[in-house]
Amino acid sequence: MTELVPLSLTVNGQMVHRLVEPRVSLADFLRQDLKLTGTHTGCEMGVCGACLVLLEGEAVHSCLMLAVQAEGLKIETIEGLAERGVIAELQAAFHERNALQCGFCTPGMLVTAHEILAAGGQPSREEIRDALSGNYCRCTGYQAIIDAIETVAKVRGGASASPATETIA
Amino acid sequence: MKARAFNYIRVSSTDEALQAFHGAKDACYLSGGQSLVPSLTLRLQAPDLLIDISRIDALKGVQVRDDRLRIGALTRHVDVLRSAEIARFAPLLKQAAAHVAHPAIRNKGTIGGSIAHADPAAEFPAMMLALDAEIEMIGKLGSRRIKADQFFRGLYETALQPGEILTAIHLPLFGPAHRCAFDELARRHGDFAIVGAGVQAVFDGEIAQSARIAFFSVGPTPMRARNAEAAIAGRLLDTDSISAAQTALSQDLDPSDDIQTTPATRMHLARVLLGRVLGRLKGPTDTGAETQR
Repeated sequence: MTELVPLSLTVNGQMVHRLVEPRVSLADFLRQDLKLTGTHTGCEMGVCGACLVLLEGEAVHSCLMLAVQAEGLKIETIEGLAERGVIAELQAAFHERNALQCGFCTPGMLVTAHEILAAGGQPSREEIRDALSGNYCRCTGYQAIIDAIETVAKVRGGASASPATETIA
Repeated sequence: MKARAFNYIRVSSTDEALQAFHGAKDACYLSGGQSLVPSLTLRLQAPDLLIDISRIDALKGVQVRDDRLRIGALTRHVDVLRSAEIARFAPLLKQAAAHVAHPAIRNKGTIGGSIAHADPAAEFPAMMLALDAEIEMIGKLGSRRIKADQFFRGLYETALQPGEILTAIHLPLFGPAHRCAFDELARRHGDFAIVGAGVQAVFDGEIAQSARIAFFSVGPTPMRARNAEAAIAGRLLDTDSISAAQTALSQDLDPSDDIQTTPATRMHLARVLLGRVLGRLKGPTDTGAETQR
């Protein structure tokens, strides 16, 4: 028989204590135990990027991590990022640019976008594309997503956005 | 799919890890888990105990010691990209790291895990050959080191004995006479490469005194291209010597068939890639410790 493991971690700023089965992925723990279903499980093998969360501020696949590995660490999910308001501009830009259709990949896209922008500087389209290489979108064809992220990068960078991308207030 | 049930223990020293391993029936070490966790999920592996070694302090850190660069096994791919010591003393590794999977995987995966896993399509194992690395490991009989040339034995098979833990890698320091280059061909950036190569050479002026060339994704293990190395050794690196190395490469590699590429295509691509990486040795290697975005 497998033994349940006591787990304490911080999720979206709140301490959480649970007994978990070691085989449970962080993604399943977030979705099923904590009901944080904004983290999506797509491929469950680290390919699609729909399950990205921040671990100590860095994007990781929650499907490629066991919940027990997060002992004592800080996790932030798409719900936490949205509630803190730190991705509000990205959310608005995704909406404006039609950077989502079915929305399944969007939480992962936003986590990646947040990580790129949090690094500071003005990422080029090529750098944005490279950062998104582990995020699959089967609807949009990616251009709109890159547009949206670029728009926010320009606004945050204080540079005057080109008319074509100047869409958010 | 979901992983089969297993027990889990987190250890804080290699002694504790070894004890746990030898007390279990079928244990597995977990570091970054970026290959192991999906393998568990797909039930390609189903151990009864996972021993989490990811918080053992002795396996962390990058230092220069006695003319060698020591890279702790738990150094993550993103740390390889950002480390000023690695940029200066093992620039080939930094060049390779940018091609390892995707950013989120690089935030969790470790260099020791990648080398111990020995995926023949992975970048770091092959770079151990090009860099003439020594692999350090610890088992119940103590610690030992082995040359990368003797480390990779077969498909996912290494010199690690059951229970042994890869603790660090040791690299000769990159100096003023060294040049290196890395490249790979993949359908999408971050995917496993169809073929990849890294080279590090010692130069005397424009004469390539010696070179170590390693390929990945061309066979069951990462592979040295010894005939290609010999073809440029002691020669001026120019179109003639590069072409000689490309010709010699057919004696080094014998790629097998797979679902995406025929052996002939892969061999052709390996020659093209060899031309590119050798061509890049014509100028000095940039070791500027600039951090990559």
